[in-house]
Amino acid sequence: MKAQEFLVKEKFPLFWCAGCGNGSVMHAIVRCFEKLNYTRENTVVVTGIGCWGKGDDYINTNTFHGTHGRALAFGTGIKLANPELNVVVLMGDGDGATIGGNHLIHAARRNVDVTSIVVNNLNYGMTGGQYSGTTPCNKTTSTSRYGHIEHGFDLSGLVAAAGAPYVARGSVYGIVQLEKFILEALKKKGFSFVEAISQCPTHFGRLNGMKEPAGMLNWIKENSVSVSSANQLSDSERENKFILGKFADKEKEDYSTKYLRVIREAKKIKEGGK
Amino acid sequence: MWKVEVNEKLCKRCGICSTFCPVKVFTCEIDGLPVHTYQEKCTGCNLCVLRCPDIALTLTGGKEQ
Repeated sequence: MKAQEFLVKEKFPLFWCAGCGNGSVMHAIVRCFEKLNYTRENTVVVTGIGCWGKGDDYINTNTFHGTHGRALAFGTGIKLANPELNVVVLMGDGDGATIGGNHLIHAARRNVDVTSIVVNNLNYGMTGGQYSGTTPCNKTTSTSRYGHIEHGFDLSGLVAAAGAPYVARGSVYGIVQLEKFILEALKKKGFSFVEAISQCPTHFGRLNGMKEPAGMLNWIKENSVSVSSANQLSDSERENKFILGKFADKEKEDYSTKYLRVIREAKKIKEGGK
Repeated sequence: MWKVEVNEKLCKRCGICSTFCPVKVFTCEIDGLPVHTYQEKCTGCNLCVLRCPDIALTLTGGKEQ
């Protein structure tokens, strides 16, 4: 299937604001589906709530729209019920890091063979731009008018520490690199995680002096460094940078394979006992 | 020659394609609609199509022999 055939063109134009990065990431995902010869029947796109949670409306594979923060829990269930399916979970930073943070680390620890793609736009876009778990320190949001006093999660670092075999962070500005990461993540057997640093010009951008749609993307571009360059920076220099690159890429036996072995063992014991 | 076609119904006039074009091939109409004016400069890198948040652009044509 061609990438364009994975999109529900009848529902276009996209619901997202002018300049929102969600459309760019969605386009990259369907291009990867084409490259890997995915079909509508063997693919399930699972989403939660939020702007990025609307992504499943525009993709015509099997889709599942779950509750806020629980997309990964539903995705895990779908994968365990039918391990043959390609399960792709789309989450925002609110969905994946804040409300569903616990699901994220445990799915990574269990190494369930799903691909999760988190679009991190640094705030809760749909509900009015409140700060989320990834909002950087000192940034203004609708609930931190005098500057955010907390530090944001390093999501990729968190997931890598939880044991995921594939973790990478890209940005909408570096869309070619991001697409490569998504492709590698989809190919990976085991829990794979891609964080896409994206722009929210309507809320985060507007409150931080970047109300032009291209302005926030430019800010992301100027504050991005590669993993290798980041290693040469001091802690304070690194603090407000987006470190892009791969944080984990290793082979590790996934949950479904191990679980299948348990089923076989249990059946053998049962048969032997008869 | 390369040609970038803009779907006017899908484009939200965000200006990402014209701002980040490496060779500045776009001009914008008064409402912000991008126009592929400097077609002869276009290298066909496809970055505008890949970055467009509204999936409104298509690249056609090719390099002249």
